Amino acid sequence: MSDLALAAPSLRSPAAEFWRRFRRKHVAVVAGCVLLAMIFAALAAPWIAPYGPATPDYDNVLAGPSWQHLCGTDTFGRDIFSRILWGGRISLTVGFVSVAMGGLAGVVLGLISGFFGGLVDSLIMRLMDVLLAFPGILLAIGVVALLGPGIDNVIYAIAVFSVPVFARLVRGSTLALKQTLYVQAARSIGVRAPLLMLRHILPGTLPSVIVYCSLRVGTSILTAAALSFIGLGAPPPSPEWGAMLAEGRSYLGVADQITLFPGLAIFITVLAFNLLGDGLRDALDQKLR
Amino acid sequence: MLEYLIRRLTGTIPVLLAVAAFVFLFVHMLPGDPARLVAGPDATPQDIAAVRADMGLDRPLVMQFLRYLSDTARLQLGRSIKTHQTVAELIGERFMPTLLLTVFAMAWSVVVGVGIGVLSGVKRGRWQDQVAMVLAISGISFPGFWLGLLLIDLFSVRLGWLPTGGYGGWQNFVLPAFTLGTAVAAVMARFTRSAFVEVTAEDYVRTARAKGVPERGVIWKHTLRNALIPVITLTGLQFGFLLGGAIVVETVFAWPGLGRLLVDSVAFRDYPVIQAEILLFSCEFVLINLIVDLLYAVVNPEIRLR
Repeated sequence: MSDLALAAPSLRSPAAEFWRRFRRKHVAVVAGCVLLAMIFAALAAPWIAPYGPATPDYDNVLAGPSWQHLCGTDTFGRDIFSRILWGGRISLTVGFVSVAMGGLAGVVLGLISGFFGGLVDSLIMRLMDVLLAFPGILLAIGVVALLGPGIDNVIYAIAVFSVPVFARLVRGSTLALKQTLYVQAARSIGVRAPLLMLRHILPGTLPSVIVYCSLRVGTSILTAAALSFIGLGAPPPSPEWGAMLAEGRSYLGVADQITLFPGLAIFITVLAFNLLGDGLRDALDQKLR
Repeated sequence: MLEYLIRRLTGTIPVLLAVAAFVFLFVHMLPGDPARLVAGPDATPQDIAAVRADMGLDRPLVMQFLRYLSDTARLQLGRSIKTHQTVAELIGERFMPTLLLTVFAMAWSVVVGVGIGVLSGVKRGRWQDQVAMVLAISGISFPGFWLGLLLIDLFSVRLGWLPTGGYGGWQNFVLPAFTLGTAVAAVMARFTRSAFVEVTAEDYVRTARAKGVPERGVIWKHTLRNALIPVITLTGLQFGFLLGGAIVVETVFAWPGLGRLLVDSVAFRDYPVIQAEILLFSCEFVLINLIVDLLYAVVNPEIRLR
């Protein structure tokens, strides 16, 4: 691969170059397709789900998988397959929104911290150190204890502990990029700080930010499901995957489908995000490898 | 080394203070009257007034914080709203089960994780490596609570070999410690492999090969010892992850530890217990990282000079 790069100096646009490299990571491409399918299924749940997420079927309580109910039914006879599709809306929303919020705040803080340095940098980074001093899920539990259970609060809780990860990452790249010739040149012709940061430094930090986003979305979905499982996330009637697992606990050995399928949904989603992240890292950023 | 030790210790104190300040402010950030929250839902107005005077809520915030620090240092953490036991007593009861669980989980996952990572690094690109790395990324993505439930289903409910939960003899430890350690073993395996591969590319490894050191010697003496240095740091970070993971795993296995205490306390809004637990977990995490940094400086002299 490396001697090929030597033979043909890259004349492609960065996007084309990225796509050329990413295409070869077959596992990551498959993971990306799985995720697209899941996003589609979640968006289209109201139309493609065979039953409503809360529609009971008292003639078919705790039924195993059949053609009528692909993944079986739970204690109220609700169709587990349909609930998983509806629950995907919750899990994916939590994953994307919390990472978007935490990532945005982290990128801004990291840029400011790395660009200005000095006292601002020390203050921001010490604050991040303190946030990192709390293990992730503990911080989330603290936020939930403060704001009360519920899916909105889970999003805030997870966003909070994504902030320091992104801030550190972006600060590191900003420090390096600040010294590059093109940034120095832009500065010398009088480009002002905000523009310098947004137009000249920010794009350089994006590859590693994108990689982390993919990995963090997976982690966030896992954490949200864990919070719901221990009863601090989505409340019981909700088809959130972790909450569904919690309901299946009492029926182990009796109705395994309640535990099996939602867990499988979490596992496949998180695995896909992790595989995609690994592939993106290999394709986007040589340094992160 | 002494200078590094002092520098590192003094650097930790502000972080610990800031953590304490966060936890202290926690109760004040809650909507409503802190005295009412601490006194509990059944408290009479007299109780609330007594708690308010006891907590010194009428005094300036800084004075309250100083008092909180001195109380915490003397382990006077208040009483649980739910059981009326002192918080120190409650935490004391739950401390050992969680400590033992995390230590067992850490022990097996480090040994297995590093072992798999080295095997992967040595057999790079071959089927052993591919199988190991598929296992590793699956381990990272596997929800711990799901794994716990599946294990209970198989080994307790169907086969009846191991108890479904609770605390007791070694049989009680097998499933929770396995569940808790899986993700850590997977992270360790991936990290060890990449550290190993990186060191393999170093000049001194090539030199060792060139001068005819047998492959076994190259792996054990020249590569592995150097590859394991960054692994020490990761181990410390993973300990924090285990503390967090214990919260979930203890819920799955009805384990009478700190994690379950925290979950129950949040559900019951038992704020004195929540406050003390968050402080304890965070301080443990900060201290473990300090110890790891010091260990790291012992094995890698370069760090001390920075």
